[in-house]
Amino acid sequence: MSAVEVEAVTKVFETRTDSVRALDEVSLTVADGEFVALIGPSGCGKSTLMRLIADLDEPSAGEVRVFGMPARQARLERAYGIAFQQAGLLPWRTVRANVELPLELHGASAAARRARADELVELVGLGDFADHHPDQLSGGMQQRVAIARSLAEHPRLLLMDEPFGALDEMTRERLQGELLRIRTETGAAVVFVTHSIPEAVFLADRVVVMSPRPGRITEIVDIDRPDASADPESMRESDAFFRSVTAVREALHGRDTAAERGATASGATAPEAAARGVETR
Amino acid sequence: MTDTATRQIALGQAGGRRAARRHWSGQGWVRVAAPLALGAAALGVWEAAVHLLDIQPYLLPAPSAILDQLVSAIGGIAQATIATGTNALIGLLLGAAVAVVIAALASRVRWIDQLVAPLVAAIAVVPIVALAPVLQTMYGATSEMPRILVVAIASFVPVFITTLRGLRQVRPVHLDLMRAYGASGWQATRIVTLPGAVPYVFGGLTIASSIAVISAVVAEYFGGLQNGLGSRIASAAAQSGYPRAWAYVVASIVLGLVFYGVTLLAERLASRWAHIPIT
Amino acid sequence: MRLSSRQTRAIGFGALGVLSLAVLWEGYKLLGPAEGISIGETVLLPRTTELAMPHVWDSVARAFQPASSASDELVIVAVAQAAASTLGIAGVGMLLGAVVGVLLALLMQRFLLADRAVLPWLILSQTVPLIALAPLVVAWGGRLQLGPFEWERWMSVAVIASYLAFFPVAIGTLRGLRSPEQAHLDLFRAQGAGWWKTLRYLRLPAAVPHLLAALRLGTATAIIGTVVAEVSTGARGGIGRLIVEYAQSGSSDPAKAWAPIAGAVVLGLVAAGAVALAGLLLHNYRRAEAR
Repeated sequence: MSAVEVEAVTKVFETRTDSVRALDEVSLTVADGEFVALIGPSGCGKSTLMRLIADLDEPSAGEVRVFGMPARQARLERAYGIAFQQAGLLPWRTVRANVELPLELHGASAAARRARADELVELVGLGDFADHHPDQLSGGMQQRVAIARSLAEHPRLLLMDEPFGALDEMTRERLQGELLRIRTETGAAVVFVTHSIPEAVFLADRVVVMSPRPGRITEIVDIDRPDASADPESMRESDAFFRSVTAVREALHGRDTAAERGATASGATAPEAAARGVETR
Repeated sequence: MTDTATRQIALGQAGGRRAARRHWSGQGWVRVAAPLALGAAALGVWEAAVHLLDIQPYLLPAPSAILDQLVSAIGGIAQATIATGTNALIGLLLGAAVAVVIAALASRVRWIDQLVAPLVAAIAVVPIVALAPVLQTMYGATSEMPRILVVAIASFVPVFITTLRGLRQVRPVHLDLMRAYGASGWQATRIVTLPGAVPYVFGGLTIASSIAVISAVVAEYFGGLQNGLGSRIASAAAQSGYPRAWAYVVASIVLGLVFYGVTLLAERLASRWAHIPIT
Repeated sequence: MRLSSRQTRAIGFGALGVLSLAVLWEGYKLLGPAEGISIGETVLLPRTTELAMPHVWDSVARAFQPASSASDELVIVAVAQAAASTLGIAGVGMLLGAVVGVLLALLMQRFLLADRAVLPWLILSQTVPLIALAPLVVAWGGRLQLGPFEWERWMSVAVIASYLAFFPVAIGTLRGLRSPEQAHLDLFRAQGAGWWKTLRYLRLPAAVPHLLAALRLGTATAIIGTVVAEVSTGARGGIGRLIVEYAQSGSSDPAKAWAPIAGAVVLGLVAAGAVALAGLLLHNYRRAEAR
């Protein structure tokens, strides 16, 4: 059974003055245990697509199914774990209490909660910090707590919206490695939103390239992954990695240059077109 | 050279210049010494000016004369302080309790919010003490309630405004999280909204504490029972007992500081508990 | 000026809010016991007699009748005159307090030592009932004389209003002058702009939203100060005196007491409206404010 099935989904946001087509007839299937990255410039609807899968928003048209269930039912049956760009930890709760939160909401016993939280805090390498509060942690550590929290209920699907977007490059790469390890251990499917090409290529089995106005999927790039037995870090310097990065970049930029040409042709002056090019890159 | 590098160098230089410029007036001990020195100097100049320039007591009595009165009339001053302080405390707690309840309702029920918001905006800019005389007619001249009610209405405003802000400051990511976990409305309120609002309630209480004391003192200028600081100040001034009036003023300042200090402490404790820095 | 639908709704709900207060009043008057509701000795809710709680419509009607049998001046006219007089005095006090407050804030921004020495006292002074001094400042009236200049009672009132307005303005302005981001300050420094240019082009514009908030607060306290000071002076002419005077006639004419209170409410709203108008004129400096 597929983890996620998105069928001809359209999402229109109505503002006071006009309406924005954030997604236009988008279809996508994520297999069980598959890691899919969504990438594209700002406004391409990648986050919107993830929010529809999570049933945080509802599609204007089309259908979203998670493990064969409608998205709403999947949410209520806790079929997925979720993490955002902001760690979103509750500042008055300790690390452990934050990880326990989903279990507490769903009525797990105190002992079971504590055991699972300790296990997860250990898994993300924060065993010594279980009784700290979020304000005592670095951004990277907070994000690890958020990931631990998303794993609390053994989800078969992880939804991640630029979870490493606000971190520095070194922390980012380390957490990417850890995410791959965790994902191998849990075998969960992942839908991962990012705007970093190397991040998408390093993590994903497939990279879904999207373009804005209206939000559409332009290309899906299959990534050559090394054997599961190999050290994932070695992939960063392999030829296959660079080939995939190039492929994704070309898929993204093909649209960019077309958009630029379109802008110039429609009468915009050259500096404006150049400015737009900088903006989208 | 890259942009980042240029900026770092520029910032480094600016920082260096700032450090070199660091004047002795920026040192830590100055933070304590400067205000104390200014206060002592002001008192000294005040005392000297009263004697040298022969300033009449009605204009400004000497600090030493005020101190004399403070010492000799300490019993009466303490009684008046307790009377005013009790009114301020009861009014503050009453106003704050009502404010929290109405803010909680307004944060959940839209029409209540729309009904209350303009009223609160109006109360905030209106001299509430003006209600004291009619409240006395309503309750009778021997009741403490008019003053308590004036304090309560005046304290209501800041507590209501900050509490509502606290209830509304829930970050979108937390709401998304609650929805993703399928949490009920009540669960979301209990786990995310209420704990986040607690420091704000205490923040409002700190602002209200000063207002409560001020209102309690001032309400007494409008008549009613004559047992508190405000009425004592007025009657001492009317009898030309200016140093005595100033002694009561000193007592009301101390009362204000006590209220402020206690609520500030509570606010600090609450925000530490919640690990939310209040700016 | 055309009102947006949101503003119209806000006004509508405001009117509804006032109406529901009136309904609450009449409802309690109808249902509550005549001697009020008390627990033990303490009266919790007021008496509902005609003397203690006049009907809302009686209070409104009373405003359009002559103030006393001796004159045919209407209550509402007397109240409006008194409110205008109070507004004028509060305005003088406000202006004085705002000028001194802004100057002190500039001084504190420029000289760190001044800031270190004065700021703690400023913050402390916000927490204490300085208005308690009102009856004492009032005692200056009619006694102080500096050459040809004679201190009049209304000046005492204005001084009280000004020192109440002064503190929020000084604190708010200081906060505003310090609000520019470090990046902007670095930019000005990089261009060799001195203190004055930085003040003129960066700090003052950035301070506008803070200053407006401070003026809102300062205006409200100036009005309160004026009303309280008028009560303490016993000087005629202002709304504060009228409130006490009409309340004293309450035993025979309870409905009359509400007119000057309504006048004080309108006064506060008019003053707040004036500051809001100033805010509209300065809207270009307020783009960063949350809406």
